[in-house]
Amino acid sequence: MEAPELRMDVRQVGDAVAVVDIKGEVTAACEPTLMAAYEEAERGGARRLVLNFGGLEYMNSGGIGMLVTLLVRANRQHQQLAAYGLSDHYREIFELTRLDEAITIFGDEESALAGAVR
Amino acid sequence: MSHETGPGAASPAERIGLSMREAQAPPVPRDAVGWAAKVERLEVDQRSGARGTNVAGRRLTGPVQGFGKMWQKTYRMNLGTAVTPREAIATWKAHFPEFWPPGNRFAGALAGISPGDVALLDLAVGRGVRLSTGVFVLYADEESFTLMTPQGHMFAGWITFSAQRSGPGTVVQAHVLMRGNDPLYEIGLALGGHRKEDLFWVQTLTALGERLGVAGPRVETRSECIDPRRQWRNAGNVWHNAAVRSVLQAAAAPFTARSRRPASSG
Repeated sequence: MEAPELRMDVRQVGDAVAVVDIKGEVTAACEPTLMAAYEEAERGGARRLVLNFGGLEYMNSGGIGMLVTLLVRANRQHQQLAAYGLSDHYREIFELTRLDEAITIFGDEESALAGAVR
Repeated sequence: MSHETGPGAASPAERIGLSMREAQAPPVPRDAVGWAAKVERLEVDQRSGARGTNVAGRRLTGPVQGFGKMWQKTYRMNLGTAVTPREAIATWKAHFPEFWPPGNRFAGALAGISPGDVALLDLAVGRGVRLSTGVFVLYADEESFTLMTPQGHMFAGWITFSAQRSGPGTVVQAHVLMRGNDPLYEIGLALGGHRKEDLFWVQTLTALGERLGVAGPRVETRSECIDPRRQWRNAGNVWHNAAVRSVLQAAAAPFTARSRRPASSG
């Protein structure tokens, strides 16, 4: 199977927050990319990870499953997950799968970061 | 630093030469047809072949809402070169109930597996107990489909059935991401429930392989506990436990049937 196009850029914001800019297609095949981004954020000492879905082009159920495994991994390290940049379509998917009960969704980066430092 | 999968390239809009106005309009995502529309609570129609209790009005439960340890299980089978991934998934979707082990019933929509469908299940869980529950079709496309469980089901989570090319052949798999839904189910899973579930999917994949013409289908099973913690805040899920309710419903059935019988005249 051809690997879908996905790019994840990690930005450290302050001492304890990292933003991951997600661009492209999120499927189960992208797990190594997501986990590499997570490990980079963790190395930077992030206690909270903010996922920017503004560049998300495609996500199937395998991608949602991958986010759950990321959530479990973060929770085990007592880290929090937040998200912003979700279109109405992807926000509905978060609500349908009830992932929004564990990953706090914000409207934009500013409010996500403000939520992060509260 | 960036982490990347696939070749770097221009944006999709630039690649297909959209005008600025077209490019600025919110695009309909390619995955939109695959996902079910959002539902708060499940609605069901009566279907022959399953009792259909313990489903209507229930909410969906993913791994976040479950109680027990979180497990990731994968059941894989190599189909060889005779079948493409799309053919394998088309057959699996069209005949899904036929591959289930005897004694278990899956009453889905007549059209097969489509996003948003609710299927009713009657499952043999041992000692003559038949558990009445259901599943929701969360996602379906030509190479995969995902079922999500409602409150009261044995586990909270989802199962993704998929097929993909692996070398020259096609591999099908069922991938389960789950937590026992409540403390009673968690005990049941530890006392043989996991083993029964593994056997269930091995039998299902074997039947699929036989239908697709695989000689001596072999299923590879991988099971991994990815979160050993139990989510005690969700212990109250036991209120919806479909096994307990199914037993009570079966015990009460003669009385409820009598109360519904019209009074005889004379």
